[in-house]
Amino acid sequence: MMENPKTYLDYAATTPVDSRVVEVMLPYFSQIYGNSSSIHFNGQQAETAIENSRETIANIINCKPEEIVFTSGGTESDNLAIRGVAFASREKRRANHLLITPVEHHAVSNTALQLAKLHNFDVEYLPVNKYGQVRPDDVSALIRKETALVSIILANNEIGTINEISEIGSICQEMALPLHTDAVQAAAYLPINVNELNVDLMSIGAHKFYGPKGVGVLYIRDGTPILPIQTGGDQEMGLRAGTPNAPYIVGMAEAFHISHSERDNHNPKNAALRDRIIEYVLEEIPDSKLTGHPIERLPNHASFLFHGVDGNMLLTMLDVAGFACSSGSACKTGSPEPSDVLLALGYSHEWAFGSLRVTLGRQTTRTDIDSFLSKLPELVAHARKGVKSL
Amino acid sequence: MSKHTKVVVAMSGGVDSSVAAAILVEQGYDVIGMMLRLWSEPGRETHNRCCTPAAMAMARKVAAQLEIPFYAVDAKNIFHEIVVNNFIFGYTQGITPNPCLSCNRQIRWEFLFNHALGMGAEYMVTGHYARLVRNPGQPVKLFRAKNIKKDQSYVLSFLTQEKLQHTMLPLGEYSKQEVRDLAKSYNLPVAETKDSQDLCFLAGSDYASFLERNAADTINPGVILSTSGEVIGKHKGLAFYTIGQRKGLGLKTLLAHYVLEKDVERNALIVGGQNELGKDELIAGNVNWVNGNPASEPFRAQIKIRYTSKLSWGNVSILDSGMVKITFDELQRDITPGQAAVFYVNDEVIGGGVIVNPQITIQNNNKAIKFEAAR
Repeated sequence: MMENPKTYLDYAATTPVDSRVVEVMLPYFSQIYGNSSSIHFNGQQAETAIENSRETIANIINCKPEEIVFTSGGTESDNLAIRGVAFASREKRRANHLLITPVEHHAVSNTALQLAKLHNFDVEYLPVNKYGQVRPDDVSALIRKETALVSIILANNEIGTINEISEIGSICQEMALPLHTDAVQAAAYLPINVNELNVDLMSIGAHKFYGPKGVGVLYIRDGTPILPIQTGGDQEMGLRAGTPNAPYIVGMAEAFHISHSERDNHNPKNAALRDRIIEYVLEEIPDSKLTGHPIERLPNHASFLFHGVDGNMLLTMLDVAGFACSSGSACKTGSPEPSDVLLALGYSHEWAFGSLRVTLGRQTTRTDIDSFLSKLPELVAHARKGVKSL
Repeated sequence: MSKHTKVVVAMSGGVDSSVAAAILVEQGYDVIGMMLRLWSEPGRETHNRCCTPAAMAMARKVAAQLEIPFYAVDAKNIFHEIVVNNFIFGYTQGITPNPCLSCNRQIRWEFLFNHALGMGAEYMVTGHYARLVRNPGQPVKLFRAKNIKKDQSYVLSFLTQEKLQHTMLPLGEYSKQEVRDLAKSYNLPVAETKDSQDLCFLAGSDYASFLERNAADTINPGVILSTSGEVIGKHKGLAFYTIGQRKGLGLKTLLAHYVLEKDVERNALIVGGQNELGKDELIAGNVNWVNGNPASEPFRAQIKIRYTSKLSWGNVSILDSGMVKITFDELQRDITPGQAAVFYVNDEVIGGGVIVNPQITIQNNNKAIKFEAAR
């Protein structure tokens, strides 16, 4: 049994559930357990809780409650947005073209690729700059009448870069083409007002903002063509069949509310620690690079490449030293292929293999970061030696 | 040992490495589990004896129960580059390579070993059946396992002091039954898997069809020659035959013929009668002396020439080239170039080397060995 206390620096992967959130969820497991579709009072209690939650979230993102569909999380929201709009647009106006970026989360890119492979959709990639950002002009140039959907990630999970969605949104609105954004990483840190962002669809997942895993939202602007991808009962305006998960939905709404109202307390602290990490790493560790935009990035997100380092080995060494970090997106059972996102940004394999993502959260302290930074250069050097000895 | 000495246990999901991990946890070490993900022929991953997804899941389960961290380390590319390529290269050189040896030497006790020490571990621990004896100020000694039937010291004979000083083999004193009993008493969720001589990456197929699929150019038909040089048949490719083989030669002769040698230069299979089979001499290169120093003079030893063969008495002498010449007291039927010859004195591994092909010139052999060493 490892006895060293662990410093968690992987808040982009997931966050702990806030104890205040756990508190409001508890009654909905065994006391208020009715099915929200039932006629009886037990059902009505659950329905009330779900509809109140819908309203809470709608108020925060500035939409109507009926524009909110509850899902099982960010991935399902992305799936419903891409697949649901693609099929509906094809049915309605023979639109066959999907415009995405090479830096999307797999929930978007693999869904689009499956549509291309199995359903003959034409998937096109918008160019991105070296920070992973899309230029509005490129969107203007590449959208067509038969574009079914444009999907652009709001804040990138691997490299933290924030996209200028608002202007792109105006372009799409002029053409009356639906724009989806994956705001899963952004939701805890940015004001995600759908009318400021000018988006028609937006995915969020509760566990990135101190809510429970397994629950999320897809915002769908009124009038957006969309078909359900999970069929059955007519729950969620007929767009997502299945009994809604009342305790999780209640928890998500509470978590989102807390996150929204306390964001300004946490962002400045994390941004300062983030900048300290970036400055220290680039100065102290030779052959290191920051990935993503230096300024237009999430306040809690620092991501790097170390030349000639096996990123997985570095993560293992960090874990043993008591620091939980990530390489960006790689899954522990996956192959050691470097990430598509990093390769799309033009990094060579020698750089892209050595990725490290450090993401901060409410519990992160200056002491955590100091002790992390005091170990990191040495561990990177070890990991480099390990690779070279082969 | 201090209470918080860090050790990495090379886990496989099998009973041996799981029990090794449990023993170290019980002894109070700070244990980390690691498992290598090795190369399998594409499409046959679920058959790989060493690291199927099921084995990986089992190792994770064991680690979770022992409350130790567990990491899968990907070694697919390096395994393919070194072990599989050497395996294929060996067959082009008319030898019968032993990929388990190169895997242990260059993957486990190099790649994984470096990972382990890089993470701050003092020792790498494996579930091999062999014993290490440590005395202060002296080289670490390597002995056969207490349980001779399970002894695996043969595949560890290449270990240098640098490696042995940071290696622990906790199962050396136990019998297989005792290890099974320990697994039960620790309540480990390990499944009994069949011991197998198959190579892990052959994934249930045989090596000849593996070569056909992956290195068709190694398969070069030629002639079968008698010891007097007479052409008496055709062979399908030297890789398909092993020294001592009698069946499957396709010869229409009255007397039984046995494969005596593979002549790579002439791409010929040399066969002869039973009376011509067997030799009392071999030369081994790439020799590792476990204590770090080559023997200063010839010595008597018991020698093992295959993983499964018995010990045979003989004399070991050192050649100027650094290779060793072993002269056996009795004829050995299956001296097979590419396999290791390991020399023991009173159950202690003194050293081991790779048996060279007498049909190839020494120069060629050095090239082959260098190729292996360089990768």
